[in-house]
Amino acid sequence: MIAQTIGVLAKELLIEWRDRSRVSGLFFFGLAILLMVAFASPSEGALRDQAAGTLWVGLLLASTRALDQAYAIEMEHDAMEAMVLWPVDPRAVFYGKAIANSLLLTTVAIGLVPLLFAMYDVQLRGDPLMLLGFLVLGCAGLAAPGTLYGLVTAQARGSSVLLPLLLFPLVVPCILAAAKGTGVVLEGDPMGQGDSWLALLGAFNALHWSLSGVLYGRIAEDT
Amino acid sequence: MSTEAVASAPAPTKSRFHWEHLVGLLGLVLLVAGQYMGLFVAPPERMMGEVGRILYTHVPAAWLAMVAFTVAFVTAVAHLFTGRRGLDWATEAAVEVGAMLNVLLLIQGSIFARPTWGVWWTWDPRLTASAIMLLTFVGVLMLRGAVRDPDRRATWTSVATVLAYVNIPITYFSVKWWRSLHQIQSSPETVADPMVFVLRLNAFAFLFIMIWFIARRWRLAQTLARADEAPPLPAQEAT
Repeated sequence: MIAQTIGVLAKELLIEWRDRSRVSGLFFFGLAILLMVAFASPSEGALRDQAAGTLWVGLLLASTRALDQAYAIEMEHDAMEAMVLWPVDPRAVFYGKAIANSLLLTTVAIGLVPLLFAMYDVQLRGDPLMLLGFLVLGCAGLAAPGTLYGLVTAQARGSSVLLPLLLFPLVVPCILAAAKGTGVVLEGDPMGQGDSWLALLGAFNALHWSLSGVLYGRIAEDT
Repeated sequence: MSTEAVASAPAPTKSRFHWEHLVGLLGLVLLVAGQYMGLFVAPPERMMGEVGRILYTHVPAAWLAMVAFTVAFVTAVAHLFTGRRGLDWATEAAVEVGAMLNVLLLIQGSIFARPTWGVWWTWDPRLTASAIMLLTFVGVLMLRGAVRDPDRRATWTSVATVLAYVNIPITYFSVKWWRSLHQIQSSPETVADPMVFVLRLNAFAFLFIMIWFIARRWRLAQTLARADEAPPLPAQEAT
């Protein structure tokens, strides 16, 4: 199954590489959200206090655009049926796509962080590796249920409303842990809370990466 | 979903009387008795006084919302394994009734919060987790409404219900770590005996009414499914 997962992942990354419009589009979408929140913020102090939360709300909104498009190519070319009929474990398709979505979102997050520092006047006082950990695990937490629900909503009526409606309540623990964790890392983690939020993110990822992988086959076979 | 699985569901009977009406009647009798005792017989709560009487509906609503969602989870898992259409109807019924109890819980919680905490809403873990739980299951119902094909709708509903249910504990713990204000959970050892009895009476009333509602909703889903599958009427000859 690992070889099959790598095959799907390679296909997804090749598609992204050939048409880099999705990653750049997501980056500018996230940047627009950072700007809009800055305009709506009452003061620069409030902006600094909300920096971590704003980053994650931006990434959450960007993720819906990314996940909405995750099956667009397959749907446009009627390739989803062929992909389902492909004699591989459906979990390999799920994990390949979910890892590709995680990498895409993490790339956007890593691109947005320096801009957040510059525009919101925040400094990194904590461990940069821990910040990276929050970005990777937070994006992975959005990608796992998002990849499953992306397949569902790509085939349903009103998908642009359905995906956020299904995904947002489900990823509350992920967003909460990622935003609070990123916030404490930016402040230097004086109370040593970072590890607890990382553990919660780890638990969320373990639950959703395993469960979504198991359930993906049931969704795919009804495609 | 195979035709066999649909056929395996019991055919609707012509009789209008069903067993669940007896359960519903028992629930209504218990509810009237429980509410009377809660309002006029049980002693006022030591700290909150008369306001505390809302607990006799608030707490059963919270318990039974969780019971309804648990029923939905069990039937969703069973549907994924067996593919029986009747289990999908049960999931739909339990999610709808659970969402209704969840709305009741939030409205009562808000009414309760105003005199006790001085605000209509606070970001307390249980309140926040209850609101998120409602949104999650409303999402399941919205998904259901967005799919026409009954087989696909049944599978997707089951998958979404399983995901929504297993997410409840981790959501609760995440918001608990975030901030906490709600009073510590009571147990029969910390509540006066007359209050425990009234609380249990109301909890059973809610349980029986919940069973009644789920069973009625199940029958409605069954009827709608059979109406969808009914053969077209023979064409009338032109006169």
